[in-house]
Amino acid sequence: MDFSSTKKGPFVSLVTGLPGGGKTFLGILLVAALLVPLSNLLVPESSFFHVPTYMVSLLGKYLSFALLALSVDLIWGYCGILSLGHGAFFALGGYAMGMYLMRQIGDRGVYGNPDLPDFMVFLNWTELPWYWTGFDMFPVAMTMVILVPGILAFIFGWFAFRARVTGVYLSIITQAMTYALMLAFFRNDMGFGGNNGLTDFKEILGFDLQSDGTRLGLFVCSVIALAFGYLISSFITQSKLGRVLIAIRDAESRTRFSGYRVEYYKLFVFVVSAVLAGIAGALYVPQVGIINPSEFSPAQSIEVVIWVAVGGRGTLWGAVLGAMLVNWGKSYFTGALPEAWLYMLGGLFVFTTLFLPKGIVGTSAIWIEKIKNRQTGPASTIPAYVKEE
Amino acid sequence: MTSRPASEKTPEFASILYLDGVSVSFDGFKALNSLSLVIEPGEMRAIIGPNGAGKTTMMDVITGKTRPDEGEVFFKGNIDLTKHDEAYIANLGIGRKFQKPTVFESQTVFNNLELSLKGDKGIMTTLFAALGDADVARIMEVLEIIRLSERANWLAGNLSHGQKQWLEIGMLLMQDPDLLLVDEPVAGMTDAETEQTSDLLRKISENHSVVVVEHDMEFIRALDTKVTVLHEGSVLAEGSLDVVQNNQRVIDVYLGR
Repeated sequence: MDFSSTKKGPFVSLVTGLPGGGKTFLGILLVAALLVPLSNLLVPESSFFHVPTYMVSLLGKYLSFALLALSVDLIWGYCGILSLGHGAFFALGGYAMGMYLMRQIGDRGVYGNPDLPDFMVFLNWTELPWYWTGFDMFPVAMTMVILVPGILAFIFGWFAFRARVTGVYLSIITQAMTYALMLAFFRNDMGFGGNNGLTDFKEILGFDLQSDGTRLGLFVCSVIALAFGYLISSFITQSKLGRVLIAIRDAESRTRFSGYRVEYYKLFVFVVSAVLAGIAGALYVPQVGIINPSEFSPAQSIEVVIWVAVGGRGTLWGAVLGAMLVNWGKSYFTGALPEAWLYMLGGLFVFTTLFLPKGIVGTSAIWIEKIKNRQTGPASTIPAYVKEE
Repeated sequence: MTSRPASEKTPEFASILYLDGVSVSFDGFKALNSLSLVIEPGEMRAIIGPNGAGKTTMMDVITGKTRPDEGEVFFKGNIDLTKHDEAYIANLGIGRKFQKPTVFESQTVFNNLELSLKGDKGIMTTLFAALGDADVARIMEVLEIIRLSERANWLAGNLSHGQKQWLEIGMLLMQDPDLLLVDEPVAGMTDAETEQTSDLLRKISENHSVVVVEHDMEFIRALDTKVTVLHEGSVLAEGSLDVVQNNQRVIDVYLGR
């Protein structure tokens, strides 16, 4: 019997240790990171193979959504924590980036005030609130992108998981969390631009946000961030800790009586997931040019869950695929048939639940195994979690 | 079977488990009513009783799931179990098998045992854990004991009901506990499986203390051990199976008089 996959130690190699599908996935990301910029810069605009700049930013936005979907899959697919409020961590990461971009505007705002963003001048504020301190420095802002979602997730998880709130009750309080944050960020006196949010960004690290080069740079950063998020998630889920997470998902009390402190495991993966979501938000904001409280709306977070369900929860690249496909569909159909999109999204979720309960990736893996078994007899090669119960 | 040193068989404490005057009530219903019970080191004890006698609540109290309203619960003489949670108590050396076989269905039999390995269960240790040769050997040994060597690569969910019961007992053995609490190990088993399970438990009891809760009288007879009868949350009778079965109060309770 071969137990090499279980025996393999840590850091054998982050990449060579990946399952076959994982290497393919990273390969596709690498090819995209090379081809998209090349075709945008070198291929003439008249050519079919030219990728226009708006498309580069659109793809970059999808990649940030893919990272968000990955973060939700990590807790939902592997640990059974259904967060219906993960958009909150995404939005907080986005706001941290947005605050940096606001400070970069300097005196080029409508009111020309070098120290205060336009909306603060409009509110007759005379000085920056204390919590904006340091956001003019990129490293500080990036630290906040990680710390703010991470700390919120830690505090939230500390109370929720220690009190053993699980299942639908946990989902409901995650909804309440993001809803409360939305209401708070809508208020002008919170100091985050209220209803309008943060926008009219000019530069990032001195590069013009409207230029093709900057947009390509942001796209490549998004690819790198997604690859990084994938490697982290893959390392976690392939480790013994990943098997403990699945054990918690399938039989929480058994795991507890086996000597694992379930609440700490949940807290760990919840914080990692929130940090990934925050990074995704920070990449989203410069590419779409705005962040406002609607990102906190409960419907946004539920949509993320639909992406993961469609792609296949419990399979990391399934979450990525789901995010890409659904968002591509959203971009296309909100242009072609704007009234129909919400019905299609709802219909898609119903269809997935009824006919593809394991999502596209999970269901196709089951089909592939059925075909293989017909040829060679049973031999389980697919991950256990995509099997039919 | 296991390579536990002989010295562990003659420990310095008089009781492995000591319950005195333990009471638990849920919404006014007394699930345990001043229950007292002493299990000696190395002893195997069978516990029987009609439904609602408090058998499962007793296990909940011992394993830290339920806090008693009053009473004392001590492990190995001086460890107060009422002060600790499930994970801590599991690591102290008390293993618990559930009434309904509970294994990690979507993982292999091998990984089920691996997850139950005794050792540091902290997050960082688990994240960077690598399986050593000694660990694999131990898993193989337990697979042999629970007769599942041929099923090591199977998903636990695909095992038969009886095999799941054995796997869960195997998971307890991986924790290398001093005391095993086994709740209805032969429920839903065939006669042949029941017989194999009693062999298995007798073998385990050679170097572990075991508490078995069961309804099946044939199985209890096969275990050939001291029996405690619970009724309405306290001990009704104690002794060998024959003595207990001829006790008038036990007969009354079981026949509902």
